[in-house]
Amino acid sequence: MRTGRVFFATVLSLCASVPAHAHATASGASGYQQIGEPPVMDNTVFYHLFFNQMEGRTNGPDNEFRWEGEGWIGTDMNRLWLKSEGFVENGIMTDGDQEALYDRPIPHLRYFDLQAGVRYDLDSNPGRTWGAIGIEGLAPYFFEFAPTFYFNDRGVAGRIEGSYDVLITNRLIAQPQFELNFYSRSDPSREVGSGLSELDTGVRIRYELSRKFAPYIGFAYTGQYGAAAGFVRNEDGITNDPRFIFGVRVWY
Amino acid sequence: MRIRSAAMRDRLPDVKRVSSGITRRGFVQGIVAGGVMSVLDLWRWPTAAMARNGASSPPILSGNNFNLTVGRVPVNFTGRLAYATAVNGLVPGPTLRWREGDNVILAVTNHLKEQTSIHWHGIRTPSDMDGVPGLSFPGIEPGETFVYRFPVRQSGTYWYHSHSHFQEQTGHYGALIIDRADQRQADHDRDYVIVLSDWTDQNPATVLSNLKHQSSYYNFHQRTVGTLFADVGKKGLDATVSDRLIWGRMNMAPTDILDVSGATYTYLLNGNSPASNWTGIFQPRERVRLRFINASSMTIFDVRIPGLRMSVVQADGNDVEPVSVDEFRISVAEVYDVIVQPQEASAYTIFAQAEDRTGYARGTLAPSYGMSGTIPPMDPRPIRTMADMGMNMGAMKMDQTGAMAGMKMEDGNKPSNAHRMPAMDMGNPPEYARRARMIGANAPGQPGPHTSAEFKAPDMGDMAAPIANKVKIAIGPQVDNVAEVPTERLSTAGEGFPADRRVLSYADLRAVYRGTDPRPPDREIEVHSTGNMERFIWGFDGLKFSDAEPIRLKLGERVRITLVNDTMMEHPVHLHGLWSEIENGNGEFRPYKHTVNVKPGERLSFLVSADTPGQWAFHCHLLFHMESGMFRAVIVS
Repeated sequence: MRTGRVFFATVLSLCASVPAHAHATASGASGYQQIGEPPVMDNTVFYHLFFNQMEGRTNGPDNEFRWEGEGWIGTDMNRLWLKSEGFVENGIMTDGDQEALYDRPIPHLRYFDLQAGVRYDLDSNPGRTWGAIGIEGLAPYFFEFAPTFYFNDRGVAGRIEGSYDVLITNRLIAQPQFELNFYSRSDPSREVGSGLSELDTGVRIRYELSRKFAPYIGFAYTGQYGAAAGFVRNEDGITNDPRFIFGVRVWY
Repeated sequence: MRIRSAAMRDRLPDVKRVSSGITRRGFVQGIVAGGVMSVLDLWRWPTAAMARNGASSPPILSGNNFNLTVGRVPVNFTGRLAYATAVNGLVPGPTLRWREGDNVILAVTNHLKEQTSIHWHGIRTPSDMDGVPGLSFPGIEPGETFVYRFPVRQSGTYWYHSHSHFQEQTGHYGALIIDRADQRQADHDRDYVIVLSDWTDQNPATVLSNLKHQSSYYNFHQRTVGTLFADVGKKGLDATVSDRLIWGRMNMAPTDILDVSGATYTYLLNGNSPASNWTGIFQPRERVRLRFINASSMTIFDVRIPGLRMSVVQADGNDVEPVSVDEFRISVAEVYDVIVQPQEASAYTIFAQAEDRTGYARGTLAPSYGMSGTIPPMDPRPIRTMADMGMNMGAMKMDQTGAMAGMKMEDGNKPSNAHRMPAMDMGNPPEYARRARMIGANAPGQPGPHTSAEFKAPDMGDMAAPIANKVKIAIGPQVDNVAEVPTERLSTAGEGFPADRRVLSYADLRAVYRGTDPRPPDREIEVHSTGNMERFIWGFDGLKFSDAEPIRLKLGERVRITLVNDTMMEHPVHLHGLWSEIENGNGEFRPYKHTVNVKPGERLSFLVSADTPGQWAFHCHLLFHMESGMFRAVIVS
């Protein structure tokens, strides 16, 4: 659909303009005679990679690997985000979702960023490309919240993610988390159905040996609903799938 | 009776001086033979002969001609080998001793692989000698030597440090003592410099990067489920829940005291970790002068010497009427000289605990080496309150009963106007009333510390002074809070002190000498310290340095700078090249400072005489706040 292509072009040009814009603001302070380098570098580029979920999930007979990772690079006000998630079971990758998003804080809000870019469903099933636009940030009471809207020529989709850190101690932290996926149209080859298609939720209890390395255990539940549940049942799959999980939360 | 006015300080001719750099009776050089720090053995530095053992002071270099080097040296403060940026191979660098009236020449050679600089903190130099790369000079490139030359027109205790990147965090700092030109007899028997600092084995760039991703990275004292139950037990369920809801609604934590904590820092006293126990020698009944310099990058210290009263005699290099205290809070870059007079031949602990109580620097005063006093437990951690957020205390009380009235903290809230409610209009805390009386008693007709339009009008109606710009700050990605009701907090040192201790406050500082410039200010400049804790973005008036215009002053003009702290952290604000005369109610005896600590939710003002032309830095002296944007150029022309 043409609107989709126009959108991608816009997003790509937005992304391409990031470094140029960052550079422009780096020398934005005017009115003084700069002798050599600026006196402070308050617009430098930082980057981080982090995996909130990198875990094995088991229900006894079945084991699967799950990851959910993100990374960002940029200045305070202009960032490129990369997001990746998926499952691997018996060498088959499902629910693969890779996103590249331009991120910018929303004016007049303290803790929310606007993110826009592309999503590509890359796994063992047929790939799909989506345009993506959403917000991500900290809702009041330290509630991490990220609703995203996706669209392509097959229809639209939505995802809502949320999580909350409960500090049992300053190092032992319980994190309830959920992810809901909605689609406007069924896509049987990817086992997604219209309406609420899938819920992934869980609670992880991690111990922060350091801020950047925290092993955890927990419990996760994945469920398919409506049409999606039908597709899964046709493949003799499980539509209500509770599992124990163990993994490690790392960042760099 | 005053022997002379401070005005004379700037006009004194060069004084021919005796060749001996040390004239003061009983001055302790502190270079102790033997026991050279093992880590320094690794480094054949030209001045390695001056390397000291673990319990001595930095060596003193005096005179008016200095050769200094800046290089990378191996150090071991934590049990692990790390690299420091050191002046003459030492952390802290040598103590420089100048004499008022001299012309000093300092040749600084850069042995680093990156640019360096030395800024003479608090020294009134021509602006091209101020040592700020980008503003006053291009910096000192690797292999280069830059020669600083300027006349010394002041006396007192100061310090120097790098103004390049993060070198200050990695050890590039040292003390500066300027002796008076008039050879006045010293009123102390012994004299020690106490340089407090914070050290991390981590790369400072990594520390800042961690904070950008998780601002609570170094805070391991956040509220937890455990403290929830404890609070319910102490304060009851309603109060606890409503308090948690207020902070939670803002996504802020009252446990945010310092951004970087003892989780990564080792706190040093004259370059000694608490274990290596720096020791200063005294004989009973001697008067011992201790020159405290906070050369930290991010740590505010609370200093006391259990068993001794301290008489504060100088602040930021300028003599003040002695104030007897049990404890003082020294913000980053501040300097306090105190005199103690131990009566007994026993060991006393100099105890400098970090404001967030995650660690301490420690040293000992004792009649002989090898002694050590009792190390007291650290005090309870302070906790931020709604007053720190600049919020209306009345509304806060309503909140305790469950109503959220008055708490306008929603995202996208319309910009608040900090002028709307001057400090006088709020619930008049007792200390405020006390201050108001003092202002009336001590300085009739002098402008007090209250500079809101409402208060100033009757006082200064004949001055034709334009009223301050109404600085409007909007909540947004770079501003997480605007103090609705910033308050005058000069009579308190801040939170975290037991009630039975006498703690120094800015209101206690009364200059010995009359101010040099009796003119009232021509105008007022209001500057807000702003930031977003969660994103770790800092600035003034909602803007980072790189997005902002400089502050312009006319050469010769007299201005009032009013600082409003919209954030929940202290900010030690340092104006280069010009004095900051704090309007603390002492009229013409207002204290001259180079670094003004603004507490959370506070509004205070200082007067500035723009008497030296050039480009000057104006910034928060917390290194990572400065490097995140809380910095302005001030142009005097």
